[in-house]
Amino acid sequence: MRIRIGHLYPDYLNIYADRGNIAVLARRAGLRGHELELEAIGLGDSLEPGAHDLLYVGGGQDREQMLIAPDLAEKGASIREAVERGAALLAVCGGYQLLGRGYRGRDGALMPGAALFAHETVAGTSRMIGDVLLDCELEPGMRRPLAGFENHAGRTLLDAGAEPLGRVVHGFGNDGESGYEGCRLERAVGTYLHGPLLPRNPWLADWLLEQALGHASGDDPPMLAALPDELEQEAFRVAAERAKTRGGRR
Amino acid sequence: MGVRLELETLAARAVGTVSRAAGRGGGTTLPGKLLWKADPGAVDALAARLSAGVALVSATNGKTTTTAMAARILAGDHRLAWNRAGANLLSGIASALVAGRGADLGLFEVDEGALPEAIVRTRPRVVSLANLFRDQLDRYGELELIAERWREAVQALSEQAMLVVNADDPVVADLAEGRERSLRFGLDDPRHARPALQHAADSKYCVRCGSPYVYAAAYVGHLGDYACPACGHARPALDVAARDIDLNGLTGSRFRLVSTRGELEVELSLPGLYNVYNATAAASVAFALGAAPAAVRDGLAAFSAAFGRFERIPTGTKSIVVLLIKNPAAANEALRTLETGVPPVLVIALNDAIADGQDVSWIWDVDFEPLLPHAGIVVATGERAAELALRLVHGGLDEERLEVLPDLERALDRGLELVEAGTDLVILPTYTAMLALRGILTSRGVVRPYWDGAPS
Repeated sequence: MRIRIGHLYPDYLNIYADRGNIAVLARRAGLRGHELELEAIGLGDSLEPGAHDLLYVGGGQDREQMLIAPDLAEKGASIREAVERGAALLAVCGGYQLLGRGYRGRDGALMPGAALFAHETVAGTSRMIGDVLLDCELEPGMRRPLAGFENHAGRTLLDAGAEPLGRVVHGFGNDGESGYEGCRLERAVGTYLHGPLLPRNPWLADWLLEQALGHASGDDPPMLAALPDELEQEAFRVAAERAKTRGGRR
Repeated sequence: MGVRLELETLAARAVGTVSRAAGRGGGTTLPGKLLWKADPGAVDALAARLSAGVALVSATNGKTTTTAMAARILAGDHRLAWNRAGANLLSGIASALVAGRGADLGLFEVDEGALPEAIVRTRPRVVSLANLFRDQLDRYGELELIAERWREAVQALSEQAMLVVNADDPVVADLAEGRERSLRFGLDDPRHARPALQHAADSKYCVRCGSPYVYAAAYVGHLGDYACPACGHARPALDVAARDIDLNGLTGSRFRLVSTRGELEVELSLPGLYNVYNATAAASVAFALGAAPAAVRDGLAAFSAAFGRFERIPTGTKSIVVLLIKNPAAANEALRTLETGVPPVLVIALNDAIADGQDVSWIWDVDFEPLLPHAGIVVATGERAAELALRLVHGGLDEERLEVLPDLERALDRGLELVEAGTDLVILPTYTAMLALRGILTSRGVVRPYWDGAPS
């Protein structure tokens, strides 16, 4: 089956090795006989809800994020509709922040976001940098660990009732206090974790591909066959160990 | 002040001797640390004694090589206080000042983050700023942040000081905008332009209006001949330019250096376009300090590589070539020099200590792809070997041509076993992996410890 991916602003938002996440999706789809079709969506391009099975938004340096923020906010309605209609989505770091209601700077002014996730991000004074380990349960009874690296000054505050991506085992997470990290809405996942995230966490890559295949076929998400993943497990093991020994230190 | 300074200097020098005698890493920063802790103002006083003044060299990439090249050029006319071992924080500068008894000129490479304080304390005659690339975001923060601190630091420079900038880097060139005492260097040979900006290119949006630049030639990362189609902001005219560049694989390069001081034919025994940048920066610094053209030409011709920077180390019937990879831009250039003759065996070492960057995501920004189809066997090693192996597999490396050996020494021996007699084993380590590798080769008697007169 063909999986259509819409990659938002790849020229601007690519700082934390976002192409690694795309490469993992492409490879794991290919190994199961599926084909990935990648479309770059840039400044001023239209985003047709339903035209993509998975949307990807990466992270950028502050300046690049400022350059695309107004355009992304304008695309907010289309992104919300796409997710409502069952598209999968992964947003990392800056992309995760900009998909909330907005980013409140130190002067109190709000830079509006795409308002997909029920959260607001507030500028902080110190950066939260380090390895992170999460405990996630995206499907009832399917508890999985997630290991990544965070580097953010913004504190992301989830609205009451908003579902986090996971519980922080080691590291800072959304705001360094709540004990939660990321946000999940239907088939959309936003997170501060990079590394990049998917190479060492293949279960999440597969979950996203399954959701995207569900959108593409109009059926329930299929169950993808397991892969050996020896290198992936070893990379995860070391990253999780790093989170334990040096995550969440100021 | 005078007496106290003498005593402190003596004490610091004594500690350096002890540290070296104890074999503890050469003591390159220890005495300076002592002095720096006891009396930071001593740096100001020691720097002020240098009759020919101080020159500072900073950049994300190439500052060690550029400073060493400038030292080679200037050593004929000056006695140098020079932080040759690459200890580039204020404590390292303090060490070099202490060690450089009788020096008349201070020549210091400076960490990007330490530049503002180094400028305030050493009151330099010349400051050279060559490039800003994304580098270890977990440690330095984003590029814009460094640029902003540099902007403030440059404003603190005295009017008489000469500011040398790389005109090919839009953000860095902008720092000299409107400044009278400035010297702009760059490359002028579109034959060596990359067909497209690399994946990890930074600063590709206009510093004035934010529109994407159009490049007449992109040489290394975002360095090149740029112009903004929206507002017209463009690369300024070059005062010192490298033209007619001939790259000669792994062995070196030749180019014509054109400036107001005339034209020079330069021969360099270091490969790659980025070393042409380093040489052009070093020549500009030397010109700013009043060096004669012949000294520039001879100094560059006599310059040889340092450990981790293309030095070829013979070991038995085979040689080892070590190329430091520390961020996407530097790694891309190291890989690019290999494109002309891809080695059959490659050892790549990824560590994740603070000096390497604890965040290893940068390896995904490195363009390994052009190299991998041609490489025979790749050995992935270091503390994050598995992570590196995943990067290579996703970059198109066949798993049958990949070996994963986290232990560096075993990986080195495996690499040496795989290469044929008479050929090179190319090793690409991150910073602490390079130090560990140097330690292994030193204990085997293959290379000399670096404080023993060997260049670093």
